[in-house]
Amino acid sequence: MNVAEMLEGKRVCVCCGSGGVGKTTTSAAVALGMAARGAKVAVVTIDPAKRLANALGLEQLENEPRRVSPDRLAAGPLEVDGELWAMMLDPKRTFDELIDRIAPDPGRAQEIKANRVYRELSTAVSGSQELTAIAKLYELDQEHEFDLLVLDTPPSRNALEFLDAPNRINSFLEGRALKAFMKPTGFGFRTLGRGALPLLGGLRRITGIDLITDLTVFFGLLGDMTNDFSQRAAQVEQLLRADTTAFVLVSSAAREAVDEAIWFGERLANDGLPFAGVIVNRVHHDLLGDREPREVRRSLAKTLPGPLAARVAENFRDYHVLATRDAYNLSRLEAQLDSRRLLLVPQLDDDVHDVDGLARVHRYLFASAAERERLIEDLVA
Amino acid sequence: MPALLDKRLVFVTGKGGVGKSTVAIALGLLAARRGLRTIVAELASQERVQGLFSETAEREQFREMELEQGLFTISIDPQQAMEEYLKVKAGTLGQALGSSRLFQAFAMATPGMRELLSIGKVWELAQLDRRTRGAAPYDLVIVDAPATGHGVGLLRTPKTFADIARVGPIAHQGRTIADTIADSEFTGVIAVATPEEMPVNETLTLADELARDELTLDLVIVNALYPARFESSEIDELIGALERTRSPLARSALRAALSEHARAATQRAQRDRLREHVDGRLVELPYVFAEHVGVAELEVLAGALEGSLP
Repeated sequence: MNVAEMLEGKRVCVCCGSGGVGKTTTSAAVALGMAARGAKVAVVTIDPAKRLANALGLEQLENEPRRVSPDRLAAGPLEVDGELWAMMLDPKRTFDELIDRIAPDPGRAQEIKANRVYRELSTAVSGSQELTAIAKLYELDQEHEFDLLVLDTPPSRNALEFLDAPNRINSFLEGRALKAFMKPTGFGFRTLGRGALPLLGGLRRITGIDLITDLTVFFGLLGDMTNDFSQRAAQVEQLLRADTTAFVLVSSAAREAVDEAIWFGERLANDGLPFAGVIVNRVHHDLLGDREPREVRRSLAKTLPGPLAARVAENFRDYHVLATRDAYNLSRLEAQLDSRRLLLVPQLDDDVHDVDGLARVHRYLFASAAERERLIEDLVA
Repeated sequence: MPALLDKRLVFVTGKGGVGKSTVAIALGLLAARRGLRTIVAELASQERVQGLFSETAEREQFREMELEQGLFTISIDPQQAMEEYLKVKAGTLGQALGSSRLFQAFAMATPGMRELLSIGKVWELAQLDRRTRGAAPYDLVIVDAPATGHGVGLLRTPKTFADIARVGPIAHQGRTIADTIADSEFTGVIAVATPEEMPVNETLTLADELARDELTLDLVIVNALYPARFESSEIDELIGALERTRSPLARSALRAALSEHARAATQRAQRDRLREHVDGRLVELPYVFAEHVGVAELEVLAGALEGSLP
């Protein structure tokens, strides 16, 4: 299987993965490849490497997708029949726009945005990036005519954070816990109900009363908007569960990354989310095969002086340790997942930072089975 | 300023995937070997440290576990931190609150509360007079902190809460912890980066942000640096050999050599970029070529740190 087959009939591709596995590059290469095949594709990313951002023409945060100029793409080795669009997500601005959209009037929106709890919520708190990324994805899906949206999820320690973090903020915004001890009064505002007093006495003693006041004011301002948050959360959830959505996990072949890939696959299955496959980057393919490591030095004897040959052999030995490690970890992954859902990209010589580099990654992602075998053989011989 | 291991609380942060946990535990190993009673605290329930030490170790949350002589680990769960805090601070009322599901849901949903509770527990571990009953004090607490962006957020949380709550116990507690973090005699911050563009960028941003908060970045550890096996002058020779030789094995080995040389060169350029900004505070750790990072590999890294810590 290749990426084009994985994404057949899909409108949304969510690329998840822990930090440092090449998620941004992979997302961009997936988007480029699909655009090359004639689709109108937008890639939404959060914090791309500067050079890659420049390569895509993303000089500043705009919070709206912008088309990557066909001239830039034409300079690369790939013929692009469709359109590639890219945007860099600004989480704070996305959150603000969300408030603008659902606030009953601009005055209320202003008040909320000036509220201390909101400012904290929309910037410093972990989860706000995840929440806004999904919100943006939903908005783009609703309001634009893209054949495919590729979301590069925010950098996090683990891939599951993307699934969990928005729920934490959502349940806060929906005020589920707070509602239980608040009661509605006139004017749509809410004050703390009598039944909550003993609990609040304790809360006050432990937290200090002003935090409670701030929160009360905040939820007072939100008023019925909490229902909109619930509704939106449900719609977004529907989008993520749709069979036109594909979750792709980006990973490396290191032990922790593979452990995580296995958990992630199980978690998606349990949650009923559409899992498309795993892209494993930085794979050290076995270059030795059934030959003996000590043959390496002998094979170099005729072409290189002894000491240099020894260092080449030593380097090869170290490389082979990593190849053995990767093969072992990949076998664990294959035992858990359908191996056709596994796409391997070898360790490349350099960071990918331009369209040429993306095209290089793209070759591995979009190759047919036969082409891929040839590419690997090229690597080996 | 005291040497790094003479501080009592050291945060290890860095972009995801750069080997923070490995560096944190290697540092812990080194400290323990020097006779310091050391604990490596993991946040966000990662439980990686125990896994690094032993494949079969029973993974248990929120208990201080001894890995070897003088080296402990704990995985901090915010919920359990809250229950402990409430019990100590508010007695029976606290206990009642802690077991109230409504209160738990409310507290956990409050933005930043998880971070505050986690860092509160870290602070407690670093106190000579532990509030956890019967607990012995540590000479050094090493925190395997969340990835860079969230890491700064974590360090900032106590101050934020102190500012938001203004008065009351949370404000007081927040201020105490914030003062501890700001005290460079007591607290240190280490950034781990691999010598690649994004981790280096993030480390530079981290350095700026810490400076803005008037916190010091004590040390930058460049992790997983490839050895410089080949001189640039030898590269033509390797390319020439690749053109001449027919042996598939020799070709593979030559390609692997050229490929590693290219990566090593890129790495060194990135390391130099980092060094320009944090001169004098840079320590290098070698790439570990191993199928699995275990105690033997951690020993190698601890040894490398031993020789190069300022």
